[in-house]
Amino acid sequence: MDALYFWILATITVVASVLVVGQRNPMHSVVLLIVSFCALSGLYVLLGAQFVAAIQIIIYAGAIMVLFLFVVMLLNVPTEDPPTGYHARLFGGAGPRRVGAVLSLLFVVQLAWALRQIQGAPLPSRAVQPSSDVETIGLKLFTDYAFAFEATSVLILVAMVGAIVLAKKEKA
Amino acid sequence: MLPEPTFNSYLMLSAVLFSIGTAGVFLRRNLITILLSVEVMLNAVNLTFVAADRYYGSVDGQIVVFFVMTVAAAEAAVGLAIIISLFRHRESLSPDAFTSLKW
Amino acid sequence: MPFGITPELIAQITVIVVIFHALLISAAVLVYMERKVAAFAQQRYGPYLVGPRGLLQPIADIVKLLFKEELRPRAADTALFYVAPILCATAAFAAFAVIPVGADTTLFGLLDRPIHLAVADVNVGLLVIFAITSMGVYGIVLAGWSSNSKYSLLGGLRSSAQMISYELSYGLSFAAVIMLAGSLSLREIVGHQEGYWFGVIPQWYIFLQPVGFLIFLIAGVAETNRAPFDFPEAEQELVAGYHTEYSSMSFALFFLAEYVNMVTVSAVATDLFLGGWHGPILNSLGLGWVWFVIKLFAILFFYIWMRWTLPRYRYDQLMEFGWKWLLPIAVINLLVTAGVVVYFGPRFGW
Repeated sequence: MDALYFWILATITVVASVLVVGQRNPMHSVVLLIVSFCALSGLYVLLGAQFVAAIQIIIYAGAIMVLFLFVVMLLNVPTEDPPTGYHARLFGGAGPRRVGAVLSLLFVVQLAWALRQIQGAPLPSRAVQPSSDVETIGLKLFTDYAFAFEATSVLILVAMVGAIVLAKKEKA
Repeated sequence: MLPEPTFNSYLMLSAVLFSIGTAGVFLRRNLITILLSVEVMLNAVNLTFVAADRYYGSVDGQIVVFFVMTVAAAEAAVGLAIIISLFRHRESLSPDAFTSLKW
Repeated sequence: MPFGITPELIAQITVIVVIFHALLISAAVLVYMERKVAAFAQQRYGPYLVGPRGLLQPIADIVKLLFKEELRPRAADTALFYVAPILCATAAFAAFAVIPVGADTTLFGLLDRPIHLAVADVNVGLLVIFAITSMGVYGIVLAGWSSNSKYSLLGGLRSSAQMISYELSYGLSFAAVIMLAGSLSLREIVGHQEGYWFGVIPQWYIFLQPVGFLIFLIAGVAETNRAPFDFPEAEQELVAGYHTEYSSMSFALFFLAEYVNMVTVSAVATDLFLGGWHGPILNSLGLGWVWFVIKLFAILFFYIWMRWTLPRYRYDQLMEFGWKWLLPIAVINLLVTAGVVVYFGPRFGW
């Protein structure tokens, strides 16, 4: 049963991500990315990480994507014109698109080769896991990783102040 | 029936997602879509962490994922603020409009 | 029995079906209740023509909505225009999936093992509710955007900004309850509220967390876009806000989503603060869910009562209240609760 869920969720994630990258309309890209995040959350549940699954929806799909959505709506982002002439042909014309396409292809080939070297290792069954529930994560977060936690909160504060300062209108 | 998912399948999925994100960053000519592709890449990394967590039987990976998400939120906020001020300046969201070093 | 179909499985599926239909029926009941309570508050009769005492009025409303023409503005973004109400309604129903309505029961001895009276009992139940509530924002935002009209866009943006602002206080108020109960699962939180102090006062969390309860209710009212925080839907200001351009079934879905959201917030409040299904006599008879329903409708009555009594907040007053008053109070509540739990905890065995 796990196998069926894995393949369905993996397919949804990959298809949604490909469409995110391929859509012309940025609004549709954002909505498809939300779909991809929800499918990823399902994969986290399959892996037994319920806390991460829940915060993936709360933080990524529920907060960060709302941010993107607001910016797309308020800027009234124009849909990208299809590339013409110089930029049109993917591998044909010289320029950034060809370099980008070649680099992406090289990257995929490299990753595929690297992963072929690993033998397929079965995942340990869920019964063997240390309880990865919220209590365990909370304990570790506030003891072993306490410094990172505090540093992250300062980071968020700085990001908040920075975002407000950057997006403010200049006093004319 | 269907093959059981192994650690390798999760790593492959993560690699596929990461390369889709990379392709998006290289090939798209719209600043917001580039930022979205970066988010796809971050999620691929998160998936690797959680899968490795399950394989090695610890919770440290999930804590790292927590931090990655927080940093991603901060980065998205600042990135979008930069995009807003760039848009206000040039009325365009294509990276090609920002090729001159003068503001 | 074949294929591992046990009586428990059948009972569980029946519970799921019953809860789903109960939600739909409660939305209809709320339509009637709202109109009647509004009428009595305004010293007039509400609906009384359709059926005895107007009880069939919701059915008449639904039939009318079904027969209307489904319109779509030509400039609207088709896919998102149709997805938005579906997303709203789905999120509203899905959030109810982890809310338990009664104690574990063996259905009066029919089953061997007790089943949970919830669709799913997840050990991170409160996080799931919070997550799905955050997803509900998207239905409204996408509805506002895809209608491609000024009123809708403004209404959608305002409404979603309001919802994400009050989500913070919402989450902080139940973080304090989680600290008291030590668990994220709603069933266990209700389990901690069993019993009486001094034999008289029930051990509900509303007595331990009065400020938390108030914050939760206020944030819940703001989350569901109900008065006095319903500026985005205000008829006088924005025609109808984000659902201006919708008609027939899509409008009915928004309508349904709003009422089911109200029911969900009230159900969570009942489980977290009012002791869920614990009550004097009925719980020992295995009818704890009757108490749950009674408490639920008490909070819903309070919702409706507030709508027809209080004037509406202006949008900037609303946002100022959420950020400058409610959020600091919620944070202080959390800190004080944390202090009390740490200081007095060992004495009370927390």
